[in-house]
Amino acid sequence: MDPVRKVSNLTGNRIKEYLAEGKRFDGRKPEEFREIIIETGISKNAEGSAKVKIGKTEVMVGVKMAISEPYADSPDKGNLMVTAELLPLSSPRYETGPPRFEAIELGRVIDRGIRESKFIEFEKLCLKEGEKVWTLFIDIYSLNDDGNLLDAAGIGAIAALKTAKIPKYDEVEEKVIYGELSNESIPLKKELPISMTVHKLGDNFIVDPTLDEEDVSETRITICSSEGVISSMQKGETKELTSEEFNKILDIAEKTEKDLFKQLKTKIGK
Amino acid sequence: MTFKRQDGRKIDELRPMKAKIGVVPNADGSAMFQFGDTIAIAAVYGPKKMHPQHMQNPEKGTLRCNYNMISFSVNDRIRPGPSRRSTEISKITEWALEPVLMIKQFPNMVIDVHINILQANASTRCAGINAAAMALAHAGIPMKEMVSSVSIGKLDKQLVADVSKYEEDWKEGEGATDIPITLTNSGKLTHIQLDGKISFSQLKEAMELAKKVTKEIHEIQKKALKEIGEEQ
Repeated sequence: MDPVRKVSNLTGNRIKEYLAEGKRFDGRKPEEFREIIIETGISKNAEGSAKVKIGKTEVMVGVKMAISEPYADSPDKGNLMVTAELLPLSSPRYETGPPRFEAIELGRVIDRGIRESKFIEFEKLCLKEGEKVWTLFIDIYSLNDDGNLLDAAGIGAIAALKTAKIPKYDEVEEKVIYGELSNESIPLKKELPISMTVHKLGDNFIVDPTLDEEDVSETRITICSSEGVISSMQKGETKELTSEEFNKILDIAEKTEKDLFKQLKTKIGK
Repeated sequence: MTFKRQDGRKIDELRPMKAKIGVVPNADGSAMFQFGDTIAIAAVYGPKKMHPQHMQNPEKGTLRCNYNMISFSVNDRIRPGPSRRSTEISKITEWALEPVLMIKQFPNMVIDVHINILQANASTRCAGINAAAMALAHAGIPMKEMVSSVSIGKLDKQLVADVSKYEEDWKEGEGATDIPITLTNSGKLTHIQLDGKISFSQLKEAMELAKKVTKEIHEIQKKALKEIGEEQ
């Protein structure tokens, strides 16, 4: 199924051997993230935007807003759409064309994490019940893929949402005045929905894999949680997990959420 | 236990299940699986040579699942063709099934599993996985064990097994949390997804509930497969 050559078996096996001794190529501990750098306001024309670097991995996330009709099952709530594009410029592995599964999954996992955590107060994004609501578009682009795009995208989405301003709206013309932002922020809850992914390599568990590590990951679980409450989860790849292993992953995720939360609080602020 | 479910089920009670083998005579293996009003049919074609050739994997066979909802399976007609949702569920289904398949025996080959949801009342991906697992066994693909899938729900604070559409739309209290889980019959986890709101500790309870009720699903699957064995 995989036409693209991944990390060589030799290197892959070495990664696993190292990990069995608790070591990683870049000297990190199994449950240690690379340095996270967040830059916001990277595009003037976006309502909110951010670039997130985790080690050499880089993603850009932008928020745009538009007025649209609400969905029939939520007439008084704003809408959310999350899409992801894995840009060919970000890795020799990506090609142009319609989104492949990896991009679809990335968008959907981030979407569910944000949506289910109720981070965005959608009821405050309704202009006229049944007729007009704000639709939020969160668009994710990879800039350089060196593993763990998922977690980088999750952080980017929060940073872009946090710093976004709602565009001005002309009530008479019933039109959005793009390019003119109001002072109003997107209504968000305090608790941050933090996405993190725990990978299983051999008998060991790691967070924040590099691309090489990701290649030899046998299974992964992405968990989005805020302050100890899980809002979404997805297991990826084919290796099965015993109950003990699953519980171990939950423990790692619970701990990682706390660490990331502290970091994000200071880096994104407010 | 004061919690009352709309359809009168106990909290750990599944909807009436039905399973049938050989529903698509043309296929190498096929099965139907039903949870109450949710009906999934699955057909297996293969193992057969993978085309185009560049997709062939010399190390192991490829499992290719295709999950599709029939346009009239729900109240609001679904536009035919793949969607982002169905693409994801197809992949999730592959991940849920592949760990039990001895797929290394089929280098350069592909096993196609087509899953169609005839009628939907929540838990369609679980019904699809259950049907697909049976269809793979029916096709004679060597398997280490069976998998069984169920969606565990959390309605307000209460865990329940096999979520119905009514329950999926639960609004009161903490609302609905939907946790589709697939386990092998020895209790290994091959698939989990989650949407909603749940603590780490209650999720562990949900897993225990899934373990308990998937045993019942496994019995139904086994029984259907045995019946066909006796007929032949």
